[in-house]
Amino acid sequence: MISPEARVDRLPTIRSARLPGDELLDIDCELAVRFLTAFLKFECTRRRNVLKAVVGVSGGVDSAVVATLCSKAFGPENVFAFRMPYKWSSEDSLTDAKLVINQLGIHDRVIEITSMVDGYVQANEPDASPNRIGNLCARCRTTILFDQSAKLGALPIGTGNKTERMFGYFTWHADDAPPINPLGDLYKTQVWKLAEHLGVPEKVRSKIPTADLVKGQSDEGDFGIRYAKADQILSRMLAGFSEDAILRMGFTSEEIAIVRHRVASTHWKRHLPTVALLSSTAINEFYLRPVDY
Amino acid sequence: MRFERYNSGVRFTAAAVQIAPFKGDIEANARQIGAAAARCSKEGADLVVFPETSLSGYFLEAGTADVALSASEAMNKVAAQIGKPERDLDVIFGFYERADGAIYNSSLHASFSAGGANLVAVHRKFFLPTYGVFDEERFVARGRQIEAYDTRFGRMSMLICEEIWHSAAPMIAALKGAETIAAISASPARNFAEGTFANLDRTRRLLRAISEEHGVWCINAMLVGFEGGKGFSGGSVVVDPSGRIVAEGPALEEHILMAEIDLGEIERVRSQSPMLADLRSVLEDVTREICEANDQS
Repeated sequence: MISPEARVDRLPTIRSARLPGDELLDIDCELAVRFLTAFLKFECTRRRNVLKAVVGVSGGVDSAVVATLCSKAFGPENVFAFRMPYKWSSEDSLTDAKLVINQLGIHDRVIEITSMVDGYVQANEPDASPNRIGNLCARCRTTILFDQSAKLGALPIGTGNKTERMFGYFTWHADDAPPINPLGDLYKTQVWKLAEHLGVPEKVRSKIPTADLVKGQSDEGDFGIRYAKADQILSRMLAGFSEDAILRMGFTSEEIAIVRHRVASTHWKRHLPTVALLSSTAINEFYLRPVDY
Repeated sequence: MRFERYNSGVRFTAAAVQIAPFKGDIEANARQIGAAAARCSKEGADLVVFPETSLSGYFLEAGTADVALSASEAMNKVAAQIGKPERDLDVIFGFYERADGAIYNSSLHASFSAGGANLVAVHRKFFLPTYGVFDEERFVARGRQIEAYDTRFGRMSMLICEEIWHSAAPMIAALKGAETIAAISASPARNFAEGTFANLDRTRRLLRAISEEHGVWCINAMLVGFEGGKGFSGGSVVVDPSGRIVAEGPALEEHILMAEIDLGEIERVRSQSPMLADLRSVLEDVTREICEANDQS
C-alpha cells in the first residue's frame, strides 16, 4: 500500500500562470466595438439628434480607431475626416491618415494650419518654444474641428485614450475638448488591440506613437517608459494595488515612479477650470446635474 | 403556516422589458412603459416587469428631486397610458419615489383591470450603492424593509439592483415566502473581458444562485441605453427555481423577454433540494449568530 507521504509527493501542482492584475488589460474587442458603436449612436443620434461626425485624422492609431468606429456608427458618408498639417508635421502623418480615410471611404479634407499658427507666432511671438507652438497647433486644430462641425451639422469626436489622459499627455482644452469620446476609458494597449480587430492598416498600427508636435518626438521617448509596461503598471495602480505589490510583480521602482509622477502631477488636466466657490449653489459643487439631464 | 403554502396550480406569463428611458422625461417614459405593457399584454403577458428607474433614467444626481413622484402619482402616470385593459395586467417598474419628506429609489407593483388601477406594493431600495460611479446615498434615502406580498400570481418580492448582489436580501425575501422575485436593475456595463461585461456576468451568476438556493423564480429586467457615457448592460434573464435560465435578453439592445412561469416548479425543486427548509429549521441559530456578529462589528 502506498504511504500517505508518497501519495502527497505524487500530487500534481498547478500554479497560477498570470500576475495579479494581468486581466485588467483584457478586452473582448468584438463586445467593445459593439458597445462603442452603440455609444456613438446613442449619444449623437438619440440624445443630440446629430447624425454626422467630424474627426481629426492624424495618421496615428487612436484617430484611425475613432474614424472606424464612427464609420460603423453613422455610415462612411456621414463621417468627415480632417487632416490638419503644420509645416513641421511629418509627411508620413498625412499619408498614413489618407490610408485610413481611403480604406473607410469617409470624406477627406486637408486644412493647412501653418498660416493660422504662424500668423500669430511670426507677428507676435517669434521666439515661441517648440512646445508652445505644439500647443498652439493642437488648439488651432480643435478650433477648426468645432467650426467644421458647426458648418456640417456634425459633432466633433474625441480621440484621446486613457493612458494619455492619465499621464496628462495632451493639450488642455484642445485634444480633450470634443463633447464625445469613445476611447477615453481604454488604455493605449487596448486601443492597439481594437485597431487590429477593426482592420486598421498595419502601417498605422505598427508606427511609433507620436504627437507629431515637434520633429523626432515620440510618446514613449517623452515618457521614458514603453506603453506596454506603463499600462500594466497604470492599470494596477488604478485598481488599487499598492506600489509594493506592483514592485513584487517585477516592475522596477523607476518605472513605477514615472507612472506615479505622470498621474499625480496632472489631476488638474482631467478637470474643468477651478472656479471660486462663493455660494451654496456653486455649479457642479452644490448644483449637481448630470451632463445629459 | 403561510410559508409552506405553494401556489402549485398557478401559471402565468411574465415579460421583462429592457428599455432605454428618456432622461428625466416622466411623460415620455410613462408613454413608453404604457405602450410596452399594452404590447406585452396583447402577446399574452400577465405580468410585465420594467427596469430600475425606467420612469426617469438612473443618473440624475440632484435632479432626482425634479422627477420624484409619490407611488400613486407614478402609478397614475402609467395608468393614464394603459387605460382600462380588456384583460388584467400587472406591471412592475422602477421610479424615484417621494414619500415622508424623503426621496427613495423604489419599485412599484400595480394591477390594472377594467375596474381601474390598484397599487399592490412598493419596495424602497435597501442597499444603496455609493462607490465609484454610484452616489445613491447622497441623493436618496435608504429603504428599511424587504417585504414579500401577495399577488394574483402567488407571493412576490421586488429587489433592486445591488440587493441582488447581497445574499441577505433574497434570503429575507425567500424566508418571507416569496415565490417569485422581480429583480430590476440599472447596471452600467464595465470590464469587457471574456465575452461579457463583468457586472452582467456577476448579476446572472447571482440570480441563478438565488433561484437555486431558495427555489424561487427570478424575473430580471435590466436597463439599456447610455447616460453620460455609462452604457447600461441589458441582458435581462428569467431564471426558474432550479437556477436554469429560461429566457435571456441580448446585451445593450432594447428587447422584450417572455416566459411562462409555473409556480408548481417551486414545490418540485424544493422537494429535491430543500435548502430553504433547511435554512428555516436553523433560522433561530442563524439569527442569533447574525446578532452576535452585529454586536462584535
